[in-house]
Amino acid sequence: MTTKLITTTALAAIATLAVASAASAAGELNIYNWGDYTNPELIKKFEKQFDVKVTVTDYDSNDTALAKVRAGGHGFDVVVPSANYVPIWIKEGLIEEARPDQMENFKNVDPRWVDVPWDKGRHYTVPWQWGLTGIGVNSKVYGGDINTSAIFLDPPPELAGKINVAPEMNDVLFATIKYFGGEWCTMDKEVLRKVRDKLVEAKSKWLAMDYSVTEKLPAGDYSAVYYWNGAIMRSRLKNADIKFGYPKEGFPFFMDSVALLKDAKNPENAKLFMNFIMDPENAAMISAFAKYSNGIKGSEKFLPAEMQTAPELVVPAEFEAAGSFLESCEPETQQLYTKIWTELQK
Amino acid sequence: MSGAQEAALAAQKQDIRSRWLLSAPALLIIFVAAIGPLFVMLFYSFMVKGDYGDVKFGEFSLEGWTSVFFERDIFDDTLGLADAHLSIIWRSIQLSFFTTILTVILGFPTAYFIATRPPHTREIWVFLVTIPFWTNLLIRTFAMQQVIRNEGLLNTALLWLGVIKSPLQIIYTDTANLLGMTYVYLPLMVLPLYASIEKLDFRLVEAGYDLYATRFQVLRRIVIPLVKPGIIAGSILVFIPSLGAYVIPRVLGGGKNMMLGNLIEMQFGSGRNWPLGAAMSITLMILVTAALIIYVRNASRGGNGHV
Amino acid sequence: MFSRRYDLRSQPGFGFITLFTFFALYLPIAALVIYSFNDAESLSQWGGFSSRWFVAAWNNTAVQDAAIRSLVIALWAALLATTAAMMAALATTRTQPYRGLTFKYALINQPLMVPEIVTAVALLIVFSRIKVWTGYSGLGYLIVAHTAFCIPFAYLPIRARLESMDLTLERAAADLYATPWMTFRHVTLPMLRPAIIAGFMLAFVISLDDVVITEFVKSGGQDTLPTYMLGQLRRETTPEINAIATVFLALSTALVVVFFFINKRKQ
Repeated sequence: MTTKLITTTALAAIATLAVASAASAAGELNIYNWGDYTNPELIKKFEKQFDVKVTVTDYDSNDTALAKVRAGGHGFDVVVPSANYVPIWIKEGLIEEARPDQMENFKNVDPRWVDVPWDKGRHYTVPWQWGLTGIGVNSKVYGGDINTSAIFLDPPPELAGKINVAPEMNDVLFATIKYFGGEWCTMDKEVLRKVRDKLVEAKSKWLAMDYSVTEKLPAGDYSAVYYWNGAIMRSRLKNADIKFGYPKEGFPFFMDSVALLKDAKNPENAKLFMNFIMDPENAAMISAFAKYSNGIKGSEKFLPAEMQTAPELVVPAEFEAAGSFLESCEPETQQLYTKIWTELQK
Repeated sequence: MSGAQEAALAAQKQDIRSRWLLSAPALLIIFVAAIGPLFVMLFYSFMVKGDYGDVKFGEFSLEGWTSVFFERDIFDDTLGLADAHLSIIWRSIQLSFFTTILTVILGFPTAYFIATRPPHTREIWVFLVTIPFWTNLLIRTFAMQQVIRNEGLLNTALLWLGVIKSPLQIIYTDTANLLGMTYVYLPLMVLPLYASIEKLDFRLVEAGYDLYATRFQVLRRIVIPLVKPGIIAGSILVFIPSLGAYVIPRVLGGGKNMMLGNLIEMQFGSGRNWPLGAAMSITLMILVTAALIIYVRNASRGGNGHV
Repeated sequence: MFSRRYDLRSQPGFGFITLFTFFALYLPIAALVIYSFNDAESLSQWGGFSSRWFVAAWNNTAVQDAAIRSLVIALWAALLATTAAMMAALATTRTQPYRGLTFKYALINQPLMVPEIVTAVALLIVFSRIKVWTGYSGLGYLIVAHTAFCIPFAYLPIRARLESMDLTLERAAADLYATPWMTFRHVTLPMLRPAIIAGFMLAFVISLDDVVITEFVKSGGQDTLPTYMLGQLRRETTPEINAIATVFLALSTALVVVFFFINKRKQ
């Protein structure tokens, strides 16, 4: 009798499993995320747990994602915009007030990431990963102070001609404006003139503005970079001579957050996913794959050992205040910054 | 007599109708996926730019167009030529021109060589030209990077041979862009050239030699004029995509110096100025089309009677 | 006779330049293949021989799907583009000049003139409206978009060949009461073969390369290999990409070999 029951249940379970694996899972979820940013293991776990078929599609820039979703007909449910873009998504009415702050796992979110300027109290978005743009230097080539933007703006002779700078307008202008004591989004012409002149002068001492840091910094093609911390950490794992510096004049933080799209076809599954990634173990899976910090308390203990103490990821208290978030500037300011950037690349 | 004329006229009309019918599928697809959208862009170029990309519908402005060539100085607000835009455009034209020249220098002899192989092996050679291109542009560009970087194959080989004492800084320069574009666009020159040379009537070459022409004279006076359509086709296929190159300047040029493709891309991306991007690309298109029409008209004059 | 003609055709130095061209074409490819067996995490440092990236690629279903999707789109786009381009090429060469001919020529080449990003943004706007109206969001959009920009690449070599082709044979066929279709089938088409192959190859390769238009037109779950790689550009490109490229190359080389032997048997 009992054995019969067990076999029947098992058979039924196998049947549902077969149905689930035949792509006709109980539900679907369409994720639109940065390329190479989503841990496939995390997706498998979610699919198994909720019987949902997940499709991940990549984008390569905030503006591409924004343009695409705004045009409509995209079929995505969740998107992962950067902090400075979240207000735009809200203002343009593209994302739904999903109220993650009322979800079960919200208690795990580090209080530091709850009242963020782009989403006060987290009514729209859930933290995915955060990081910062800092300095990486090969200590064999240069032994001086590296906690300064001077490394790429007024480079020491040892480093000149061997510098790579992230090809990101906002990150570069941010550090340079701060270098001259200005505020981000400033329209002060005096500061901006200095910024432009300094960048034009400094650029002649840069080798490249490229993305291939994890490859060329350890290999010695570059001796110094202004780049994202996760990439510099991975460079250090390949070459122990790489040291990380926090520009004391000011450096930008970034955070990408998961948001639910207004025209999502599977909003319920999307909310399940948002809650799912606020679980410490799952958040750790995100970080372990892309090598940036997440915003979830208690995820540290699930992280690989090398990440728990990484000097690139754990911001020392003395530099904490120098960092601030890249906020979204007014359109006129953005236009001015674009002009400076274009002039730099002519 | 008038009956015969009418019949001829009707035949001609019939002919023209079937010509349009024959070209209908190509024109239809191009209309749907290339020209129609272009009108959208033309429309966009006259709009006010949206705050975060896109445009504000129904608000007209010429600013997109004027700022292609003119701009207010950031600091003293004087109106001047958009120096940054113009120098980027000029660099793109120069680089694309030299890319075309280089592909002809390498591509013509190669296509000629292939076309003069025994017939059954020619297609194999054509395949051999295209095989490296079965991998996509990004992979090829990365592969090229492995060759020209400071610790790459080229520098290592030259150092080993003692030709140079320290690595040549090729990568992240305009030379890298030039080499990269030549590499990437070479088959676009070789294939049309091959298609054209393969058809060459070599009895004419023979006749040339019978008249005591040198090899170079035969090449210059007989071969090149006859395969001119192939050279034109190849040049168009290489020059125009080079102008809009986007990936190569980013990877091989180190992203330090923009090309036109990157400049336009930026307006639709972080620059958030779609009308300017639209106006820039339509300007580019008009310039290219005008140049093309002049080029084709001149080139086909003195051709062999077709169009 | 043959050898004499062969001599006459050869030009001094051309063999050498061809040799150089092929060397230059295959050198980066050789580097690519060698590094696919690299044990290290990066493309630039040699960490010993290993086939682990082939295993990684084999297990990475996202990459496989993307690679297969790229091939499917490229095959369809090249097929459609070559057919349409051949018809258009016939219509623009085998005829008396007529009004609208130059215009037609300009139209066919139009996709070449516009930077990809512009077509991409414009297609995004148009196609997303259609997606909303029809509810269809399959691969069709990508195939149409690719076909459009492949047409000029297929058209130009075919047209170039038609232009430099001798008309006498076609006239002879017509004199012998062949219908236009028979003339086309038995005279023009065989002579066009090299150009059609060249055009198809070009279109195929161009479609495989496309990043920007695909990035903007694709719907959910429609990443191709180039858009997948574009997403990786900011992070690290591992030799896994080399491994995939190597497999592609091996397959295409195998195809060429088969083709060669079939051709040889026909001789």
